[in-house]
Amino acid sequence: MTQPLALPEDDHDGLFADSEEMELSFGPQHPATHGVLRLKLKINGERIVESYPVIGYLHRGTEKLFELHPFFQNIPHTDRMDYVAAATNNQAYVGAVEKLLGLVVPPRARCIRIILAELQRISSHLLWLATHAIDIGAMTPFFYTFREREILLDLFEDYCGARLTLNCMRPGGLPYDLPVGWTGRCAALMADLPGKLDEYEELLTNNRIWKKRTVGIGVLPPEVAIDYGVTGPMLRGSGVRWDLRKALPYDGYDEVEFEVPIGRNGDTYDRYIVRMIEMRQSVRIINQCLEKLPEGPIMAKRPRVMKAGKDAEIYHGIEGPKGEIGFYIVGDGTPNPYRCHVRPPSFINLQSLPELCKGALIADLVALIGTTDIVLGEVDR
Amino acid sequence: MELLVFLIFAFLAVAAALVVVAHKNPVYSTMALVFTLFSVAVLFILLGAPFIGVLQVLIYTGAIVVLFLFVIMLLNIGREDSQIAGHKAQLFFALLGAVSFGSLVILALSSLRPKVLAPLTPELVSLKALASTLFNEFLLPFEIIGLLLTVAVIGATVAARRPTAEESAATAAERSIETKEARP
Amino acid sequence: MNVDVVVTVAKIAVVLGLLLQVAPIMVWVERRGSAMMQDRPGPNRLGPFGLFQALADAVKFLFKEDVTPAAADKPLYLMAPALALLPAFTTSVVIPWGPNFTWDGKEYAFTVSNADTGVLLFLALASLGVYSLVMAGYASNNKFSLLGSIRASAQLISYELAMTVAVLAVIIPVGSFHLTDVVAYQRTNTWNCLLQPFGFLVFCIAAFAETNRLPFDLPEAESELVAGFHTEYSAMRFAAFFQAEYTSMAALSALGCTLFLGGWSLPWLNYEGMGWLGVALGLGTLLAKVGVCMFVFVWVRWTFPRFRYDQLMRLGWKFLLPVALLNLIAVSAMTLAGWL
Repeated sequence: MTQPLALPEDDHDGLFADSEEMELSFGPQHPATHGVLRLKLKINGERIVESYPVIGYLHRGTEKLFELHPFFQNIPHTDRMDYVAAATNNQAYVGAVEKLLGLVVPPRARCIRIILAELQRISSHLLWLATHAIDIGAMTPFFYTFREREILLDLFEDYCGARLTLNCMRPGGLPYDLPVGWTGRCAALMADLPGKLDEYEELLTNNRIWKKRTVGIGVLPPEVAIDYGVTGPMLRGSGVRWDLRKALPYDGYDEVEFEVPIGRNGDTYDRYIVRMIEMRQSVRIINQCLEKLPEGPIMAKRPRVMKAGKDAEIYHGIEGPKGEIGFYIVGDGTPNPYRCHVRPPSFINLQSLPELCKGALIADLVALIGTTDIVLGEVDR
Repeated sequence: MELLVFLIFAFLAVAAALVVVAHKNPVYSTMALVFTLFSVAVLFILLGAPFIGVLQVLIYTGAIVVLFLFVIMLLNIGREDSQIAGHKAQLFFALLGAVSFGSLVILALSSLRPKVLAPLTPELVSLKALASTLFNEFLLPFEIIGLLLTVAVIGATVAARRPTAEESAATAAERSIETKEARP
Repeated sequence: MNVDVVVTVAKIAVVLGLLLQVAPIMVWVERRGSAMMQDRPGPNRLGPFGLFQALADAVKFLFKEDVTPAAADKPLYLMAPALALLPAFTTSVVIPWGPNFTWDGKEYAFTVSNADTGVLLFLALASLGVYSLVMAGYASNNKFSLLGSIRASAQLISYELAMTVAVLAVIIPVGSFHLTDVVAYQRTNTWNCLLQPFGFLVFCIAAFAETNRLPFDLPEAESELVAGFHTEYSAMRFAAFFQAEYTSMAALSALGCTLFLGGWSLPWLNYEGMGWLGVALGLGTLLAKVGVCMFVFVWVRWTFPRFRYDQLMRLGWKFLLPVALLNLIAVSAMTLAGWL
């Protein structure tokens, strides 16, 4: 493991004191760190000798908060972890609670959950693409993706009234049914989106400069990726075909058809391609769900007060946009969880960053932060 | 008008040159050098040699001093470093410089015959005249200087070449031996 | 009063007046242009089409606090923005802005300085631009600024070489450093961008690098170095860097147009026969050409990602310089053979 670096005592005079290496504090106030990530870097010229992520600037004690509230009141806390992918956080949490309490979700609710989760995946990936491109210097894709993301967020707003912190699922089902006309608007967006994705790809995929900045940068071999516990598009970019939607299907993912893209070289470009294909696959999934959307109730029969059994414990993980988002919940017979631990994909993927940026340049570093697709709200919780 | 320009830039040149020598911070010295060279370029133009003046700015001010600055910034030669060198060594080299400069001045003055130079004419200062002098009368020195520069460029390339994998492994091995020996 | 002096002062006033307008206009073009490319309205509240936005910005810059970091090297820190403006405004003295005009029975060239060294003077003054960046980065005493200024000095020196060689290749067949002669040459023959396409290509790429514009905006790469060499600058000092960037873009565009795109002339047009109208037309033609070039600057900025430092160096030394040198040799040989 990397040891914490000591900052030089005097930051002003000895920029290169006593060595050829310079200490650079990258963040937490830096435009490319996607929030409040701080990296202590040891650089030689512009080459990174060593890096050490410093986290905790956004720590809010979410896991402790879980213990203070009943099961159903904890859903808003999950919204605020990965705040650009609230629906999948909700889904993971309510899935864990349902397993703990033995609730069976009705088919219509499951189908709508898939739609919401996939919409969230697209919106999260669009945000990733926007920031990743802007880090590498291409600013225009940012505005294009935000244009589509806006419509996507409108869909969420129509469904649950919120655009970011959705709070859109409940243990046992859903709080609301789809509003009138929602499926039509969603289908229209889905018909539109592949063309828009082509538009983004036109700007980037075959752009020589984009390729120069991403191909062969930050190669993560599959063994290393598995050792670090990396999941999601990061893992699949390294060529490991592991997707919880296929491997351990939940909420009826085994009833829809889709493909899991994997990369060949495990570099930044492959991860970019994987995410682009994932968005297209999500469109495919949503289209299937919209087509077969069953009628029926949206909420299971559930006890008035939800209590977990004494010493009941459960781990439930799902495939979030950034990787495996999982909740480990221990019950103690009260309506509150005794302990709730989150397995946040951003946090675990971030651990591979020092490995990725060993020997890279500062310019690569911002590309690598972009490609790990972290959200600090989830890293720090 | 000409006199005024001359006075301003002559003063600037000398003052900046003094700063180059006297200032403790090498970055300031380098910046003062820029002013010196620029002022001298203006003096060249006043003397009716605009080509040399412009080249002075283009090459010395615009390129070479930038490299000085680049190196100084990269190595971060601080104020302390400039005082490390002993005053005796400084004195010795200052005297050496003074003696050689003085003898050059005496030589130049003694060989100067009191003759009236022809007034400057547009033909004399034109680029064409300069070019024809350079490429007819002084062709051999010109070519030799070109060759010298080529040699310098090749030398620099060799010196700056990144060592191959085997070579760097060899030096690393040597270094590790050295450090082991150095430790008691 | 001496007529020559009056004419020179008038010429300086015209050129300076034009150059001072560049930054506000370009800010508007950059904002509205990027908005157009990015499918959004852009600033549209102040005046028709948001034209007064630049004015509002100027007022904002004037009234913002001018912060000097405590650890900064004060004299250099304060001097750097002023030095940035120097090459940006002085380089344009050698550009011919229109055909010769007669005043009081005497013919004058429409350039501020018709010095023998012409284009060399431009390059010499432009080469001074690097000092402001280096000084700003060093004096800010900020590691990101320092990295930015190290990038700037390496980049500007590297691309200056390629650019100078590309310019020399234009000068050889003309046989004169006078830009007026370059324009005259293009009027009798054809535009140099057709005669020397490779030289034109090298010049264009080098121009992007010399003005620190994307894809070569490494000295200020905002996602990597926060704002590079001007990270610590605020208020009017920051605006000075801003203005210097746009003004030097305009100056380089004017040089590029003069060297490769026929300068103030359009083919098949007899400017001399039209008197003052011809002068105005020539000026208008050059300004239109410069405007197109400036728009290309903006267009490219909002289309491409950024290069990496080592890739930039490789491109400069291993591609541009060899191409420029080969172009120079080819042009020399063709000039000797009498083809050009």
